[in-house]
Amino acid sequence: MFKDLSRRRFLAGSTAAAGALSLGGALGGPLGAGSALAADPLKVGFVYVGPIGDFGWTHGHDLGRKAIEEHFGDAVKTSYVESVPDDGPDAERVIRQFASSGHNLIFTTSFGYMDPTIKVARQFPDVKFEHATGIQTADNVSIYSARFYEGRAVIGTMAGHLTKTGKFGYIASFPIPEVVRGINAFILAARKVRPDAEIKVVWVNSWYDPGKEADATKALIDQGCDVITQHTDSPAPVQTAASRGVWCFGQASDMTNFAPDWHATSILDVWGPYYIQRTQAVIDGTWSTAATWDGFKQGMVEMAPYNPKLPAEVVEAAESVRKAIIAGDLHPFTGPISDQKGMEMVPAGQTIPDQDLLGMDWYVEGVSA
Amino acid sequence: MSPDIMASVLLTVISAATPLLFAALGELVVEKSGVLNLGVEGMMILGAVCAFAVTVTTGYSGLGLLAGVAAGMAMAFIFGVLTLTLAANQVATGLALTIFGLGLSSLIGAGFVGIPVAPLPKLAIPGVSDLPLVGPLLFGHDVLVYLSIVAVAAVAWFLKASRPGMILRAVGESDVSAHSIGYDVIAVRYRAVLFGGAMAGLGGAFLSLSYTPLWTEGMTAGRGWIALALVVFASWRPWRLLAGAYLFGGVTIAQLYTQGAGGIGIPSQVMSMLPYLATILVLTIIAAGPWKGRLNAPACLGKPFRPST
Repeated sequence: MFKDLSRRRFLAGSTAAAGALSLGGALGGPLGAGSALAADPLKVGFVYVGPIGDFGWTHGHDLGRKAIEEHFGDAVKTSYVESVPDDGPDAERVIRQFASSGHNLIFTTSFGYMDPTIKVARQFPDVKFEHATGIQTADNVSIYSARFYEGRAVIGTMAGHLTKTGKFGYIASFPIPEVVRGINAFILAARKVRPDAEIKVVWVNSWYDPGKEADATKALIDQGCDVITQHTDSPAPVQTAASRGVWCFGQASDMTNFAPDWHATSILDVWGPYYIQRTQAVIDGTWSTAATWDGFKQGMVEMAPYNPKLPAEVVEAAESVRKAIIAGDLHPFTGPISDQKGMEMVPAGQTIPDQDLLGMDWYVEGVSA
Repeated sequence: MSPDIMASVLLTVISAATPLLFAALGELVVEKSGVLNLGVEGMMILGAVCAFAVTVTTGYSGLGLLAGVAAGMAMAFIFGVLTLTLAANQVATGLALTIFGLGLSSLIGAGFVGIPVAPLPKLAIPGVSDLPLVGPLLFGHDVLVYLSIVAVAAVAWFLKASRPGMILRAVGESDVSAHSIGYDVIAVRYRAVLFGGAMAGLGGAFLSLSYTPLWTEGMTAGRGWIALALVVFASWRPWRLLAGAYLFGGVTIAQLYTQGAGGIGIPSQVMSMLPYLATILVLTIIAAGPWKGRLNAPACLGKPFRPST
């Protein structure tokens, strides 16, 4: 140990010149462009709505953040703040803190961060912002989201095959377009297999409350639902469904571990490639405002491995839907589509355009919510 | 509603109420001794993560329960040193304890995310547990549910009839008088605070080992705060606390069931508010009604005690 110390001291002494150079760089001094760059990594900030250990939505984004660190190494420094409520003043404070502490690119990863993101972005025109699942852009604010509804169409198809009662339980968080769209895509696909199927929705008014999600699952199963799916972030619904012997679908992470026998599959969000691409764009100076909405085809949405206990025809049906979506032969929101009262909203052969999907606020036939 | 569904609804209510009951019962004793510990959420979550971690590591859920209790007590001990020995502000210390507990639990639990664990075994008496309605309701729980009800009876007796219980109440009502006739106020309060920690830890352990047998960060999701409200709702009486816990659990579950059944025209957000509205209502009635002045709050609640030399 003592030896190490003296050697380090010796090394430090002999390379004093280089040391001074990099020190100058770190302090922002004009001591040579090369060393300044090396010591001044791009700073990327992430604002998370849940804890990174939620094993759901935020967990997925954090995997994306780690992908950036792995890809760029020392050239990029990432930081994050977790469990920032998206319905209060904290979000704005956290985003502003990131912007004013030298972050060049900030990802705000929940719908509710929209207003604070836009507000802070106006005050920091040189900082780039990326708002997940958002609907409002600005000169320095991009929006990005994944077409989760494509995944919902796949699991809806599977649910149509798996159900006996024709009733599905849906544990939902908040009635925002993102969630409404998922519910609709699910039941539209399921009714192609099982025309009389219906879906019961329970709102737990939280993205994340394992106990309440579990209780909602029990309530739905008691009322005859025999397939459970969720748009909340904890594995509790999957675990509860398994304890009652009911097929279920996970959310955002592969939740197989919590229900090895009853977890059919999960819809996975894969953010890493997008995050790397946008970070690279900032480094290259080519970043510009964009509205990205990618799905299976671009790899932003994937399915977790199918449960080996599923009947072969169910997996086949799921895969054929997934492949048709990738090939562009199938769009989950192609008419005829009726609303809850049975009134035709989309005529046969027509597809709901993206901007209408993004603001979707009505339920299709078969939804009781 | 068929007996099966009725039983299932009531079972769900009982499991939703049990963690609240544990945490609130502990806090009731703490407050009866004149100490306000707002760190219930923090003690609960640390109990949850330690119980889960030890169960996963050793494979014994019994050891896990003990670890949950010990973790809650360790947190309570920190609170005790700060507020009782060093006479720090109880409100600020309690809030700090909650924030500290949430952070520490995430750190401890980081390696345990995404791991399943077998739930606590349920009591199963052949023949009896299979009876319709009565069987699962009376004989189909795990040991913690029975323990929670026994604990209510024990605390009620302790506070009302036992000598140490009366001393504890005396300390909470008038610390100076209790001190002047020779009782060690600080020692009594230490014991109460440690008991509160143990019960909060047990409530947390119930969450991570029985209610939803998994660990995820922040899984208490505000139940510690509901427990605090529950103590006031029950106006510091153990049996009323039991009723309150089941009422709070019942309202939460009822709104989930009515939603699944197609709704009854009341927005789910309003239903979610009901437990809190009920607390405010009960407080108003007690404070303004014919029972005026019977709110029953310990007179020394939240006041630090410095023995005069």
